[in-house]
Order: sequence, then C-alpha cells, then structure tokens
Amino acid sequence: MSATLDTRLGQPWKKPPFVKSAALRWTMIIGALLYLVLALNSIDVNWSRVYRGLDRGWEFVIAFVNPDFSSRANDIKVGLTESVVMALASTVVGIAISIPIGLGAARNISVLPVYLVCRSVIALSRALNEIVVAILLVAIFGFGPLAGFITLSFATIGFLSKLLAEEIEDMDRVQAEAVRATGASWLQRYVYGIHPQVIPRLIGLSIYRLDINFRESAVLGIVGAGGIGATLNTAFDRYEFDTAAAILLVIIAIVMVLEYLSGIIRARVQ
Amino acid sequence: MAISTKNGTKVWQRRDRNGQLKVWAMWLVGTAIFMWSWQQISDATTWAFFWDAPRIAADIGGRAMPPRWGYMDKLWAPLWDTLNIATLGTVLALMMAVPVAFLAARNTTPSAMFIRPIALLIIVSSRSINSLIWALLLVKIIGPGIFAGLIAIAIRSIGFCAKLLYEAIEEIDESQVEAIAATGAGRWQVMAYGILPQIMPAFAGISVFRWDINLRESTVLGLVGAGGIGLQLQGSLNTLAWPQVSLILILILLAVVVSEWVSAKVRGAII
Repeated sequence: MSATLDTRLGQPWKKPPFVKSAALRWTMIIGALLYLVLALNSIDVNWSRVYRGLDRGWEFVIAFVNPDFSSRANDIKVGLTESVVMALASTVVGIAISIPIGLGAARNISVLPVYLVCRSVIALSRALNEIVVAILLVAIFGFGPLAGFITLSFATIGFLSKLLAEEIEDMDRVQAEAVRATGASWLQRYVYGIHPQVIPRLIGLSIYRLDINFRESAVLGIVGAGGIGATLNTAFDRYEFDTAAAILLVIIAIVMVLEYLSGIIRARVQ
Repeated sequence: MAISTKNGTKVWQRRDRNGQLKVWAMWLVGTAIFMWSWQQISDATTWAFFWDAPRIAADIGGRAMPPRWGYMDKLWAPLWDTLNIATLGTVLALMMAVPVAFLAARNTTPSAMFIRPIALLIIVSSRSINSLIWALLLVKIIGPGIFAGLIAIAIRSIGFCAKLLYEAIEEIDESQVEAIAATGAGRWQVMAYGILPQIMPAFAGISVFRWDINLRESTVLGLVGAGGIGLQLQGSLNTLAWPQVSLILILILLAVVVSEWVSAKVRGAII
C-alpha cells in the first residue's frame, strides 16, 4: 500500500473510469457511436411536417390550461366508470388467481412439476404485452370491457404471482416450521405460518397493481377493449384537444389519488 | 390475540371480536364493490359472443397456423425501427431525466419550495400517461412515423427514470459529498466527483431496465401509427391475414425474451 502511495505521490490524480477494462470501454464507446450513426441515419424525420405540427402542439398545451370537461361530460363519465370497474374487477380476480400460482411458484414450498407449470404461466403472462393480448381477446370475445377485464386479470397474474413467490422464497422458515410442528395440515400451515408473513407485502403490491391496472385500462380502449381509451381516441381523432386534455387530467388526478392512497395503506400495513 | 372460553376449555383465535368484525365488514364492502363492478362488465357484454368464444378461438388459431415464414423479409426493417425507437427513446429520456432527477432530489434541488414540486409534477404526469396515449397525441401533432414513436417513448420514460434516479440520489452517502466540498470544490465539481460516481451503477441499471420495458412498448406503438413492427401488426390484423399476425406475434415474443435476457445480463454485470 505504502509503495503504491509513494509512487503515486506527486502524480496528478485522474478520476477512475466506470468501466475498468480499457478494451471493453473503448469497444462499448465505439459500438455505441456506430449504432447511433446507423440508427439516426435510418430515421427520416419530415421536419417541415413537424414544424407545421407545432401549432397543433401549442393548441394542445393551451387546451391543457383550459380543458373542456362539460361538452362530452357523459362520455367521459361512462368511459371512466368502465375503466375503474375494469381495474377493480380484474385486480380482485387477478389476486385470487395469483395466490395459488404464487404458492406453486415458490421453490421452497412446492414440488418441482407444480413449480415448473406455475413458473411457465408467469413467464407467459409477463412476456405478452397487454395490448397484444387485448387485440386477440377482442377478436375472440368481441368489443367491450370483458376483453379488457380478462387481459388485465391475465397481466395481474404474471406480476403478482412472481413477486409473491419471491416473497415466500425469502420468508422466515422458522414460523412455518413451528406451525407445522403442532401437526397443522398444509392449508393450516399456509394460513398461520406463511400467509401472515407475506400479507403486508401482498396488500401493498395489490394496491400498486390496482394503480397499474387503471393506467392500462385507459389504453385498452384504443384497441376496443373498453374503458376511457375509446373516448380519448375519439377525442383525438376529432381533434377535440380540450376534451382530450380534460380526460388526461382526470386520469392523472385518479392516478395521483391512487398513488397517495397506496402510500398511506402501505405505511399502515407494514 | 384472543382467547375465549367455550364449554370450559380455552379456545385460541387469531383476532378478538372487534378485530373479527372489522375484517368481516371490510370483506363485505370489498365483495359488494366487486359484485357491482362485475355487474357493470356483465351488462356491457354480449354473452352470446362469450359462449361462442372457444369456437372462434379455434377458428382463428386454425387460420393462424402455420405462420407465413416468407413474410419475414418484410419484417426486418420494422424490427430495426422498433429497436431504434426503444433505444434512441431511452437515450433521449435519460438526457432529460438526469436534470429532472437532480431538481427533484431533496439533497440536490436548488429550491425545495418551488422547483422540487415542478420536477415532481413532470415525473407524475409523464408516468401516469401510457406511451400509447403519448404516441396517439404525437401522431396527431407531428405526423405518423418513427419520430412520433421515439418521442412518445422518451416522454413516457422520463418520469420512470427520473423517479428511480432521484431516489438513488437521495440515498447517497453524504460524507463523500462533504469530503469533496471540503476540498473547496464548486457546486458542479461536487456533483461530478461526489454524487455522480455514487449513482452511476444505479443509473446504468435503470437505463437498461427501462430499455427493456421500452422495447416491449415500442412493439405496439405502430397500432396508432407511430412506426415499428406494430404497423405491420395493424395492417395484418386489418386484412385478417392471421398467418402474418402469428408470425409477428412470435417475433415480438422473441424480441421481448431477448431484451429481458440482455437486461438481466447487463444488470448482473453491474451489480
């Protein structure tokens, strides 16, 4: 240490680089630059169109300051109710299905075949984009909130079961073992040994997922799966920016309220 | 913990009577809300379509298989566009997210009274609106194409990146910052030598994580006309070309799996 210190004394100091290996660092930099040049060249931007659009963009910013809630009040109300309803119902059903799947996907309490099946359900649900699932379900079930509801429930399963399984894998084994030592059955072991340990996190995650489901339900309408998205899409198509701004403001407000509520509830249960 | 006496023996229960009642009331309200929601959905559904669904699904499945592999030639360019939307969108978002994060973090914000709320507002509004809605809006404003998708992804990602980044900034070790400040460093030097090295790993992790999410999202942006492979998906859906749809879906699935793998690898290397 002192030898290196001696050689270093009097030398100017240089900030140590983030990537230590110089070869790797330069490969990364050159690769990134090369990619940037290629990518930027392949994008052709119609600047005159963009420039002409700026007026409309400004119109939208103005609309945000002066949103029009009243002229389409009924459509907004119907769309919003549908979104909220979809988000609520799909969260409940999603939680109900995720708990068994989450239990099955926790390596420490389930057997290997069940584990593999549950993990593949989770992987499938997480890999499929909500919009893609919604498109297929709309084709199968027809337009309306049912397709959106099933889509969101399916997406909830991937999210909640994965996190629940991880939580169970990280839990304290001692409690579950103590309950088991009293001669408890598998179900009793779950209810008294595992469930109390994961419930605070489960509640927190459920509320977080409700928040996500509401946000997602706002776009599902674009592909015909019900909710406020359809109203929003129509408003944009008719260039009614003031109505669109009103809808966006309502969405932001609801999301903020949900986030605030979830903060309070999570603080209380933890 | 509650112990009641029943026929002379003590019986253990998890909750006392009030606790039990409270839980029961919560379940009642919850169930009522769920039933009401379900009724709304049920009223808006044509149930005949629902019962017909297995037949329709089998029919579509039959038409979609096998995928039309020859269509792949026309998909390389949109796939490249999708990758560009995700990557350049992430880069653009990070450029804007870094200053916002520094303005939003309690320990670096110039003014907690005025500037911090503005930064937080930017974060919330960017996070609460889905990239598809941003794309919808931008397609109307700057015209359809890759550029609209790129900007949509960028705007959507600012909030996410800035939020995670400002949380990382708030969690830094203050003693390092103080040590740099004690050498007489200016405000920018403190940032460059005291704060930046501490948040670099978090920054790299966040960017790769967001890039992964953005690649998923950019696959569907084409549905509203914002470029990428979603455009081909929309076209194939509109012409009921199910073999092409199945090929595109397989491709999207592959892209998602690959991006998740890359992101997991890179994050593993950083941490």
